[in-house]
Amino acid sequence: MAEQKKIKNLKEFSKSVDRFEGSNLLCPGCAHSIIVREVLNATNDDLVLSAATGCLEVSTAVYPYTSWDASWIHIGFENATTAVAGAEAMYKALKRKGRLLQPDRPPKFVAFAGDGATYDIGFQWLSGTFERGHDVMHVTLDNEVYANTGGQSSSSTPIGSSTTTAPAGRVSYGEKRVKKDMMSIMAAHGAPYVAQVAPNKWKDMIKKIQHGFAVEGPVYINAMSACTTEWRFDVADTIAVSDLATDSLVFPLYEIIDGETWNITYRPKNVIPVRDYLAAQGRFKHLFKPENEYLIDEWQQRIDKEWVRLQRMEENSPR
Amino acid sequence: MEKRGWDDFDPGVILFSFEKDKKVTDIATTEPENRPYSQSNSFSSDQASGWRVEKPIFKQDLCIDCQFCWIYCPDMSIISRDKKMVGVDYDHCKGCGICVEVCPTNPKSLLMFVEAKEEAEALAEWPEKKKEEK
Repeated sequence: MAEQKKIKNLKEFSKSVDRFEGSNLLCPGCAHSIIVREVLNATNDDLVLSAATGCLEVSTAVYPYTSWDASWIHIGFENATTAVAGAEAMYKALKRKGRLLQPDRPPKFVAFAGDGATYDIGFQWLSGTFERGHDVMHVTLDNEVYANTGGQSSSSTPIGSSTTTAPAGRVSYGEKRVKKDMMSIMAAHGAPYVAQVAPNKWKDMIKKIQHGFAVEGPVYINAMSACTTEWRFDVADTIAVSDLATDSLVFPLYEIIDGETWNITYRPKNVIPVRDYLAAQGRFKHLFKPENEYLIDEWQQRIDKEWVRLQRMEENSPR
Repeated sequence: MEKRGWDDFDPGVILFSFEKDKKVTDIATTEPENRPYSQSNSFSSDQASGWRVEKPIFKQDLCIDCQFCWIYCPDMSIISRDKKMVGVDYDHCKGCGICVEVCPTNPKSLLMFVEAKEEAEALAEWPEKKKEEK
């Protein structure tokens, strides 16, 4: 196995050479490419990549250009994970038969998918891959909406968010259901490593990605991707909004090892109210009307309850 | 690159990131200037730079090389070599302004200026150090 890349600090990390190229057609200020860069730069090994239909796929491979400097397949909405799992199965078969061209350079298998392609459309394919135990990593770029097709609700969309299929107005406050707890679902598959990451906490993210690359078996990474277009904030504020999300514990950073050991990897020094996070985004603007104010309190209560639950899970983990 | 219509596609088309006749052995450690980019790599294009309304301008002597702009740039447009920030790649920059937002120096070593501004002119009118209000 190739040696793991050593990244102690940001200056050292900045010597990495990107394998994801500019002039892709992602929106200015899109967090997707920040996440992709951090994932790809976490290793120097060869890569076998795929992307499910979504913003990342349609904007990085617009004919006649490709933005990927590694093997990358343009595949359907549901089967990004199974496509790399197939490549991984073929790799294992060739290895067994001794027909690999570069046996000393084992590649890493990574699938990128949006939240629509993970939480809804690709769910049973993802579940199947994890059940079969392929040695792949699935990275969800979780922007909580179908941003590519114009902002429809997905099952990752949080309650109260205004989307095109659940618009806020006189009779409705937007999306009525809470976000699906994908982390617990994937941990229940018995996956060796499941982690939640955010691009603004780059060191935490690199550590988790490298852990994911090091373990044998399917790895699930849920990466928060702030979407300037659908969350409706200024393009320069991507990192600021991500900071608000992690510091208000709306998006807690934690990992689950072997489906049983829970570790909280980031505890904010000053926990900020959820109200600040909601106020930074246009999709929650209507919650600040007097008739909807009760929803903000409900948000805060739910987030507090979830944080307590995470801490209990961590305390009760076998070590 | 020659323009082709939607019906001129080859089914199952493969786009090569690098020139086919030039061999790249280890891409992860090859600097962009030594890579044989092909015409179908988006690196060879500047299609998104026209979206820019404002551009970031870099003032070298204020920079502390913290590399925050490098890690948070979504468009690989901050050129960083040997732990030092070198400049901005205007072929690929979309002008989002994240680099300016995350810059920790006072005054900032990266600032947004309108696209038509000359670099020398922008550097001349750089703001003074802001005093912290207590």
